[in-house]
Amino acid sequence: MSVPFAVRAVELTRRFGDVVAVDHVTFEIPRGEVWGFLGPNGAGKSTTVRMLCGILDPTEGRAEVLGLDVRRDREAIKQRIGYMSQRFGLWPDLTVRENLEFYAGAYGLPAAEARRQVEAWLGRSGLAERAHERVAALPAGFRQWLALGCAVLHRPAVLFLDEPTAGVDPLSRRRFWELIHRLAEEGTTVLVTTHAMDEAAHCDRLAFLYGGRIIAQGGPEEIRRAGADHTVVEIQTDRPAETLRAVEGHPAVRDAGLHGAAVHLILHDPGAAESIVGFLRQQGIPVHGVAAVLPSLEDVFVHLVEALEEGA
Amino acid sequence: MSGRRLWSVVRKEVAQLRRDRRTLATMLTLPVVQLILYGYLNNEVLHQPTAVWDPVPSAESRALVAALENTRYFAVRYRVRNLRELERLLDSAHARVGVVVPPDYGQRVRSGRPATILVVVDASDATSARVVLQVAQGLGVRLSQDLQVRSLARRGQRPPPQPVEVRTRAWYNPDLRTQVFIVPGVLGAVMQFVTTFLTLGTIVRERELGTFEQLVATPLRPVELMLGKLLPLVGLAYLNLTFILLVAWGWFGVAAKGSLLLLYVLTFAFFFSSLGLGTLISTVSRTFVQAAQLAQLILLPSILLSGFLFPRESLPPALQYVGLAIPLTYYVTVVRGIFIKGVGLEVLWPQVLALLALGIVVFGAAIVRFQKKLD
Repeated sequence: MSVPFAVRAVELTRRFGDVVAVDHVTFEIPRGEVWGFLGPNGAGKSTTVRMLCGILDPTEGRAEVLGLDVRRDREAIKQRIGYMSQRFGLWPDLTVRENLEFYAGAYGLPAAEARRQVEAWLGRSGLAERAHERVAALPAGFRQWLALGCAVLHRPAVLFLDEPTAGVDPLSRRRFWELIHRLAEEGTTVLVTTHAMDEAAHCDRLAFLYGGRIIAQGGPEEIRRAGADHTVVEIQTDRPAETLRAVEGHPAVRDAGLHGAAVHLILHDPGAAESIVGFLRQQGIPVHGVAAVLPSLEDVFVHLVEALEEGA
Repeated sequence: MSGRRLWSVVRKEVAQLRRDRRTLATMLTLPVVQLILYGYLNNEVLHQPTAVWDPVPSAESRALVAALENTRYFAVRYRVRNLRELERLLDSAHARVGVVVPPDYGQRVRSGRPATILVVVDASDATSARVVLQVAQGLGVRLSQDLQVRSLARRGQRPPPQPVEVRTRAWYNPDLRTQVFIVPGVLGAVMQFVTTFLTLGTIVRERELGTFEQLVATPLRPVELMLGKLLPLVGLAYLNLTFILLVAWGWFGVAAKGSLLLLYVLTFAFFFSSLGLGTLISTVSRTFVQAAQLAQLILLPSILLSGFLFPRESLPPALQYVGLAIPLTYYVTVVRGIFIKGVGLEVLWPQVLALLALGIVVFGAAIVRFQKKLD
């Protein structure tokens, strides 16, 4: 197929009664990209993914996956995509291998091909030694690998991963992202949802979801630069908590937050930085360094949400 | 329909069934226990506790009481000395029947004068009271005849021939054994119970586990998923049937008069509709508890309206129609036909057609209701 976009949504909307879970979102995911859907719980990430997988009807708008309509061609879509739901969809009373074999069969892989793919995944994921263990006894990290395996055995062109790294230790998380990138290099388009901002850096492009709407989208650097129209000042101090309390209510400070050990201040006026440092020193807080920085993704997100809520 | 996809569901279900020891144990023991318990259900009204007031005992009155006891319907437990005592025993339900023999009974019988006996029955349970009353009346007629024959014989005369004689034959169950009737009915009821119980969880358990969402995101078709889940259950249900047949034969000495092979074949039509019904329940339910409650709506009428305990003909017409929607109604007829009468398809085909039609309806409804979507 010569469709340039793997996924394309136009004004996609889903309501549950009076609640608007997804509110007219529009985006396009080029083939082979890793896309991140970022946002807090309840932002509409899972609902969007479910609509794209053809398991939830949109209320309004439309969406295509690999050029197939999510309403009309839902079964054709299901054959070509992989989906890893938040609840993983594994049977605890089956073994690792049995879970994989089931999904290989459910996607209609011929027996020989199924066997090959199952073995390949067992090797690739480090689950080979645990192949005969029941899922009930499997640690969370391995379960996640298994769930991912169940979603990719049939070599889908698009992979939807809904909160795949929730509750997983940092080391497994890193390995997981490495693998996602390898799949992308092999040509798979990946859409990952997460509420962890630090994972955003792994994505080629991002969409920030909040209240069912996309409030920003683009590459990570792009989003940070776009947020740079307001000034972020990083203050190095050994008393960050005190600093935060001190600047609260200061007329020049629009917002303040911790960033690692430092404090990030968002200012109304870039020129105000020096007067604030003076103000802090007056309060007896030692300031070891001041620098204007590019806002972090988190800064941008918080800023956007606050701007939205002030406007509302 | 894809064989690969269907087979993957069958394999998964078999693996899960094999590991679910508790369900397996329940499925294999419960039917046997039920069969044994229900198998002793009896609609006979034998051994009714009886109180006798016989103020002036005589050889004749003793013969009368003995004749009562010989019918096996009356068990004389109390001898009372006045009417008050008799009343108290009936009021307190210690006795269900009271017999009052007049003081001059012996004298009257000896001199060939008519004597009257009073039989009082606790008719709270009208059905059994009716039986007891009939037995008492029949006994009176027989005693009178005996006395007449004897007095004629004493005078050297032969009794006149009876104007009308009714000869009775009990077909199919000549020994009038209740179990010959009850056990095949219970077999049907137990199979209804087993199949409903087995299918209740099929869909709704995936919903509760969270695997439903993942399942509907695969290319599996609803019919593949349902068939894949039901085929192993059909195997298990046949195993159950075999078990029950063995118990019916080994414990109750009830064996099929007709073809067992035919029973197995026709049972498939029953499985088709009863498993379909269970699947429909499982598909429309949100939780397992809800499914179990819905199942009660099927199982209770199955017991009351199918004719397995009470003759359907005695139900009001409206309830008879409700009974037509229940697979067990037809299956009980099939099982009894093969077991008791030894009949074949030439008699049972309407039941088989009904079961298949019912199966198509409920299965169709389950598949239509099963949406490969969330809501």
